[in-house]
Amino acid sequence: MPKDGGIGASSKRREDARFLTGIGNYTDDINLHGQAYVHFLRSDVAHGKINGIDTSTAESMPGVIRIFTGKDFETAGSIPCGWQVTDRFGEVMKEPRHPILAEGKVRHVGDPIAAIVAETREQARDAAEAIELDIEDLPAVIDMKAALEDGSTKVHDDLSDNLCFDWGFVEENKQAVDDAIKSAAHVTTLELVNNRLVPNAMEPRVAVGDFNRGTGEHTLYTTSQNPHVIRLLMGAFVLNIPEHKLRVVAPDVGGGFGSKIYHYAEEAFCTYAARELNRPVKWTCTRSEAFLSDAQARDHVTKIELALDADNNFTAVRTETYANMGAYLSTFAPSIPTWLHGTLMAGNYKTPLVYVNVKAVFTNTVPVDAYRGAGRPEATYQLERVIDKAARELGVDPIALRRQNFITEFPYATPVAVEYDSGDFNRLMDKLEANADFDGFAARRAENEKTGKLRGLGINCFIEACGIAPSHLVGQLGARAGLYESATVRVNATGGITVMTGSHSHGQGHETVFPQVVADMIGIDESMIEIEHGDTANTPMGMGTYGSRSIAVGGSAMVRATEKIINKARKIAAHLMEAAEADIELKDGQFTVAGTDKSVAWGDVTLAAYVPHNYPLEDIEPGLEETAFYDPNNFTYPAGAYACEVEVDPETGRVTIERFTTADDFGNVVNPMIVDGQVHGGLAQGIGQALLENCSYDENGQLLSASYMDYAMPRADDMPFFTVDHSNGTPCAHNPLGVKGCGEAGAIGSCPTVINAVVDAVQSGGINLDHIDMPVTPGRVWQAIQSAK
Amino acid sequence: MPQVNMTVNGKPASGDVEGRTLLVEFLRDSLNLTGTHVGCDTSQCGACVVHVNGKAVKACTMFAAEAEGTEVLTIEGVAAPDGTLDPVQDAFHQHHGLQCGFCTPGMVMSAKALLAENPKPTEAEVRDYLEGNICRCTGYHNIVKAIMAASGQDVETIAAE
Repeated sequence: MPKDGGIGASSKRREDARFLTGIGNYTDDINLHGQAYVHFLRSDVAHGKINGIDTSTAESMPGVIRIFTGKDFETAGSIPCGWQVTDRFGEVMKEPRHPILAEGKVRHVGDPIAAIVAETREQARDAAEAIELDIEDLPAVIDMKAALEDGSTKVHDDLSDNLCFDWGFVEENKQAVDDAIKSAAHVTTLELVNNRLVPNAMEPRVAVGDFNRGTGEHTLYTTSQNPHVIRLLMGAFVLNIPEHKLRVVAPDVGGGFGSKIYHYAEEAFCTYAARELNRPVKWTCTRSEAFLSDAQARDHVTKIELALDADNNFTAVRTETYANMGAYLSTFAPSIPTWLHGTLMAGNYKTPLVYVNVKAVFTNTVPVDAYRGAGRPEATYQLERVIDKAARELGVDPIALRRQNFITEFPYATPVAVEYDSGDFNRLMDKLEANADFDGFAARRAENEKTGKLRGLGINCFIEACGIAPSHLVGQLGARAGLYESATVRVNATGGITVMTGSHSHGQGHETVFPQVVADMIGIDESMIEIEHGDTANTPMGMGTYGSRSIAVGGSAMVRATEKIINKARKIAAHLMEAAEADIELKDGQFTVAGTDKSVAWGDVTLAAYVPHNYPLEDIEPGLEETAFYDPNNFTYPAGAYACEVEVDPETGRVTIERFTTADDFGNVVNPMIVDGQVHGGLAQGIGQALLENCSYDENGQLLSASYMDYAMPRADDMPFFTVDHSNGTPCAHNPLGVKGCGEAGAIGSCPTVINAVVDAVQSGGINLDHIDMPVTPGRVWQAIQSAK
Repeated sequence: MPQVNMTVNGKPASGDVEGRTLLVEFLRDSLNLTGTHVGCDTSQCGACVVHVNGKAVKACTMFAAEAEGTEVLTIEGVAAPDGTLDPVQDAFHQHHGLQCGFCTPGMVMSAKALLAENPKPTEAEVRDYLEGNICRCTGYHNIVKAIMAASGQDVETIAAE
């Protein structure tokens, strides 16, 4: 029977009421009295020397308040990078200055040059057109391998070259991996591109800066996944504002997918300008601007080799990846192709030796950073593609080859520095084989072949490191932040509860899910619990939401704080019932004395805490409010097995997704309905990458896919209904809820599943196609078929 | 600046606009009806869909001045005055057809227009009709399901959740 409340229930979302009736409160819905509007004049060349910016005509245009250029921010800090990678030779990465407005040079199309503040948005835009720019075109560096050639134009003149770092992992294993590959019975090699994407949350970024002269306090309203992180980075490193004088509010946020983790120049500008001009300053990004200024994603070029012994056991994996950083280092950019990618290169398999080499490269393109999955999709894609290719080369069943090499005992320490705490990959595969109806595939293929179509079945297994957390570990890996999470549980006198969480919801449904946990622990109705998030003024220092960490880390913090509440409430109850604390039991919101009929209700205890007339004041303080900071001792490791069936029309190259089936292990699940939704969304993003989406620059650095006219977002008719299953997971062994996180799985598991299916379909037509790069657009598939014939 | 007059959600609305002011800007900035969202600038995403004289229109594709004398319905006017959700809104709620909520007003307005034209659409018809509405969160699964449910069809057997 489905539960109707608490942990495990598909409680309907309370957020829906405001979003369905148009009364949400997104950042662009916030308008402050007297606000001015800023428009950013952006570079239309990828690389250029700024010889002059003449703002004189623009300054006299109607409504213009002030025009800022890079000179106004020369003493401001650089937009900071939050992760420092150390390279193979012990050197730290190159870390060029990232100014708020361009200083001397522009380094990508969209680099902001001037900020025009005016009375209206239109006046600011009109004035921007009157600014005269004298920019001398420089050759642009777009291709990563060309950027590393001797004598290449440099993106940053003060650096020795365009190589940000050359990372090896595990460097001590390099020789052993080389030897294993040399002596292997079989080596499968695959070169592939993980295509560049634009995250495209449907709500474009917005920032509203405000300054209170009376108190000296700044407020920034911004579209962020982690307002505390923005407060720390912008306050401490860019604008020199102490945190107690800076409030950052991220109200309703319309999707993030990683792109709203980072601190962006526009946020710093609006915060600064509000003080400088003594009035609120608002910026609303247009979609065209978002394509030129939101951090982009993926963009890896990889060669992977898989070595097998004579019995088809995996003996070693070696990879070489070029990872595009873009023109500047975005907040978490260096961590994506390194620690969030290399540590997953063992995948679900017992491969004893792994070596990952990553060369991170500066180019004259928009900065690249995390996007749903962040490094783990890139790892999964190459590993699961090369395994499929190996199965084909060896003439063995791809599922059997995977099963043969599965890790089956937990905990399991991989050769790439992580320890999987739990999992059951064979059970996932069993479930997938049943749910995806593999037995019926041959008949479905035969049906397609009658109409001249090709049908393929692709499968994929993956594991991810989520709940991005253990501070002691990420600190060793170069993170310049702790990655705990926080919660304050405030119980009110009449028994209602407000939970202030450091996690941030931008579509995940925390306002619904988090109360389910607290309600379950105390035995009260979910409606008695309210969640506050997104405002640094009323939530404890938190790290925000990304990396599928909200329930695993933020939820655990909330559990710890609630446990403290319950412990204190038991003391109060014991006092009220004149019983020993050890005899107090809490069930269904009632405290009872074991073995007696004495009881007090939750509300009696909470009232006593705030009206302490009859209260153990000598032992405990009045009030009922507790805070916990939770820093787990490991990542969580969700895993899955996915299957996709595609139809390929060999005449046109068109690929359609006919069936998509998932078997996920998320550990315990709090709200199955919401988890289903998270998987659906992740799948669509992965299928979008595989079939449609591609962020493309020409050789001069002009962005060719700069609007929804050119960047193919997945639409309803590109998707099938999905069959998803996350029942009977193996609980996480180290957090109190046994949860693993579900936000990124769909995006991690889907790309290789789709491409494996496309290759299978084409091969079934007698065409020897080893690999095809994403996105598998009709033109690309048709061309690949012709070339392979 | 010229004045425009129209009826919005059953009430008279008027304001001064520039010739270039878009209907969506008038709704959001002048009338403070911020439920209608702007997700792109090329009329692709559909977050700004409203009804003008009963037809679904992207409010970023129409000048405010062009709406002179029309009847406009926005997401704020869809639920009953006592707050009871319209069947489409309720189906989105029951079937988890929204996550971040940003595309949702446009989705609901498009879905209502579809069901007015085609009271029992097939899955393919729903997917085809939503060609002009982009959602980045849901993978469309629960949106399509919700719209079919709102049309009175049994959706429990469509696909395992």
